[in-house]
Amino acid sequence: MIGTINLPQASSMAGNVDALYSFIFIISLISFALIVGALVYFSYKYSRKKCNSETTAYIHGNTALEVGMSAVLFVIVMVIFAWGWIDYKKIRLVPANALEVNVIGQQWLWNLEYKNGRKLTNELVVPKDVPVKLVMGSKDVLHSFYVPAFRLKQDLVPGQFTYISFTAIELGEFPIFCAEFCGTAHYGMIGKVKVVEKAAYEKWQNVWELEQRLGINEAEASEKTTTQLSPVEHGKELFTKQGCTACHSTGTNKLVGPGLAGLFGKETTLTDGKKLTVDENYIRRSLMEPNAELVEGFAPLMPTFKGQLSDEEVNHLIAYLKSLQ
Amino acid sequence: MSHSHGAGENYLIAKRGIMSWLITVDHKRIGLMYLITTAIFFLVGGLLALSVRLELMLPGQTIMEPDTYNKAFTLHGAIMIFLFIIPAIPAALGNFFLPLMLGAKDVAFPKLNLASYYIFIFGALLAIFAIFDGGVDTGWTFYTPYSIKTAGSVVLTALGVFVMGFSSILTGLNFIVTIHKLRAPGMGFFKMPLFVWATYSTAIIQVLATPVIGITVLLLAMERILGIGFFDPTLGGDPVLFEHFFWFYSHPAVYIMILPAMGIISEVITVFSRKHIFGYKAIAFSSLAIAAISFLVWGHHMFVSGQSDLANFLFSLLTMLVAIPTAIKVVNWTATLYKGSIDFKTPMLYALAFIFLFTIGGLTGLFLAALSVDVHLHDTYFVVAHFHYVMMGGTVMGFLAGVHYWWPKITGKMYHEKSGQIACSLIFLGFNITFISQFILGSRGMPRRYYDYSAEYAPLNMVSTFGSWLIGMGFLLATIYLIHSWFRGKAASANPWNAKTLEWMTSSPPPEHNFAETPHVTEGPYEYGVKA
Repeated sequence: MIGTINLPQASSMAGNVDALYSFIFIISLISFALIVGALVYFSYKYSRKKCNSETTAYIHGNTALEVGMSAVLFVIVMVIFAWGWIDYKKIRLVPANALEVNVIGQQWLWNLEYKNGRKLTNELVVPKDVPVKLVMGSKDVLHSFYVPAFRLKQDLVPGQFTYISFTAIELGEFPIFCAEFCGTAHYGMIGKVKVVEKAAYEKWQNVWELEQRLGINEAEASEKTTTQLSPVEHGKELFTKQGCTACHSTGTNKLVGPGLAGLFGKETTLTDGKKLTVDENYIRRSLMEPNAELVEGFAPLMPTFKGQLSDEEVNHLIAYLKSLQ
Repeated sequence: MSHSHGAGENYLIAKRGIMSWLITVDHKRIGLMYLITTAIFFLVGGLLALSVRLELMLPGQTIMEPDTYNKAFTLHGAIMIFLFIIPAIPAALGNFFLPLMLGAKDVAFPKLNLASYYIFIFGALLAIFAIFDGGVDTGWTFYTPYSIKTAGSVVLTALGVFVMGFSSILTGLNFIVTIHKLRAPGMGFFKMPLFVWATYSTAIIQVLATPVIGITVLLLAMERILGIGFFDPTLGGDPVLFEHFFWFYSHPAVYIMILPAMGIISEVITVFSRKHIFGYKAIAFSSLAIAAISFLVWGHHMFVSGQSDLANFLFSLLTMLVAIPTAIKVVNWTATLYKGSIDFKTPMLYALAFIFLFTIGGLTGLFLAALSVDVHLHDTYFVVAHFHYVMMGGTVMGFLAGVHYWWPKITGKMYHEKSGQIACSLIFLGFNITFISQFILGSRGMPRRYYDYSAEYAPLNMVSTFGSWLIGMGFLLATIYLIHSWFRGKAASANPWNAKTLEWMTSSPPPEHNFAETPHVTEGPYEYGVKA
């Protein structure tokens, strides 16, 4: 519907923001109707065809109208200002018990790190009804962390920290967009917030912490949970989760990096003129040291995934890549 | 072509040969050269806009790759802002009509005026050369540190902007002196046409604000060439500082763009409704008020940039105040129609379209000035739609109203009225289709400067692209009938609209020195109507 923000109200402040949005919309609609109504009425009533004369009234203005209108307008805009400011202060207020998560933006993915050291890419898992504080920075250029469903946005500035806070009130997955232009794949810098029940969140963290203590690394743990998926399916899941989609299409078109369909087994030329065939080893090396053997025509932009992918995950990504024809 | 009182041939043919144009100091010829130059830039910027919309018509790749897209929207913005909107009304129409409306023979410094034109051309060429030097992909805002790191031709573009700034400053200075010193005998400040008041307010902003963008882009160039750390945090700089510098100019610049258009609307509304302007002083002073407040609101572009909450408080508060002088203008134009005799000629249609579209542009500004709502809408398509309603729905409509209104005076020919009305209707309809859909996209969270988007945004993007084609058709038609009329149009009389301002008191086109005899002003510019 026009006049409302047609999105889930998934944070505690979303409803407030929408209320002010609708209030301004109604004020605007009334003002617009008055102006355009007068415009249309006068155009009809005083059209030259109709009055058939160029003789008109001699009116210079009306000071009382100007002053009165200014006064009314002043009151209205001050109400809008105060309402916006009061809600803005609530958005900025960080409750003392807020769960803190670090967010580091880089071209073109979101790195998230919890206090216990757990790291995720492009996926922020938060408990429902618990205030969360995001402490944010950037590795390279300006980015902006934007979750439309939360009505929440904050720039990430290299060289300083910024913060925002929110309380999710709806279960589900909501997209995170980058809202500040950051280069070639700005439009692909998309993650998601996954809101889960508090108990599920705690279990999710506890299991991970326990595994850390017992020396089971994350990769092995994730193997357990994903054994029901085939290697190709698991690879496909990783491909999205690790943010590969920002720069690589699964077709043949070039984005920031090459399109991956049909790439496996193909001969390519490197920037130093060397030729090689894309095989399992080349893909592994490209994940670990992406810019060591760069294909001609591409810039050295890919981040390394060393230490972030287990052997099995690399195998599954390769399996997925092979399946793209 | 008739020229009365033996004042000499009209300015178009008074001197002949290409050199008589290239070294002319006649404000009318310089104005016309600006008009043609900026119209060509507008055409280029418009074609880029159509290509951007075409890419966005469907999700995924449609006609170009992401890097090409980023360069296309940057170029669209930079050309429209720096090469069209900023110079188009003041330098083209202002140059031509300011001295005529004041009853003067020329601007105060005619040679400086010509110098301004060549400085503008030189700056524009630098910026255009940058396109062939790899292009720029930073957006017209050149935000650091991306603009420092990108491989694009940022330095050349920045130097182009720097050089064009001088042209803007010198033109502003020239106008201020002209208005103070060269008014016809009897023309006090409150007998000046409102277009002159608007140009005056604009000139003040040009002189005071433009140096800041000049310095800012120079710092940017120094950082890129010499590695001096102003804005790049890895060199000890601060990227948010750049945003402050940039908007300290670019927000007042928004009023450099809109105020002259508002001046044109005041002229056109009165002439085509045969009415004295409603609230002359209110309109004149609101121009000055807008110019003054415009310097104090730049931070509303930065509500989510990380600037302090106190700064956000003040900038939101001050921004709200701009609503008042702006609303005064809109209400006074509308009230002028009351008990008038309204003739819906093309200039008047554009003026009415201006009021309709600018009202939407202004009201949607309230959403963005309110802090909590801006947190959601900032950097989405809502902002894109908002500033197009102000810049295109406002300035471009005002520009078109002015071009049609003064066309007989500039060329000595009448354009084809019916074609004018059809083109205006096409542009008005297409414009609303294109940008209302973008308001909705933005409120639903689609960020701006996106090459691709998710499926939920697809239908409205397609509608928006269809609208852009209607706009394109309208402009194509306007280009055709305007050029046609120049060569084949009916000759225009000295005062085809029966207006009261001084530019209509001389022949069409005017003689080289404007008036056969210096006009003496005894009454105000809008003395229509019968005193009761």
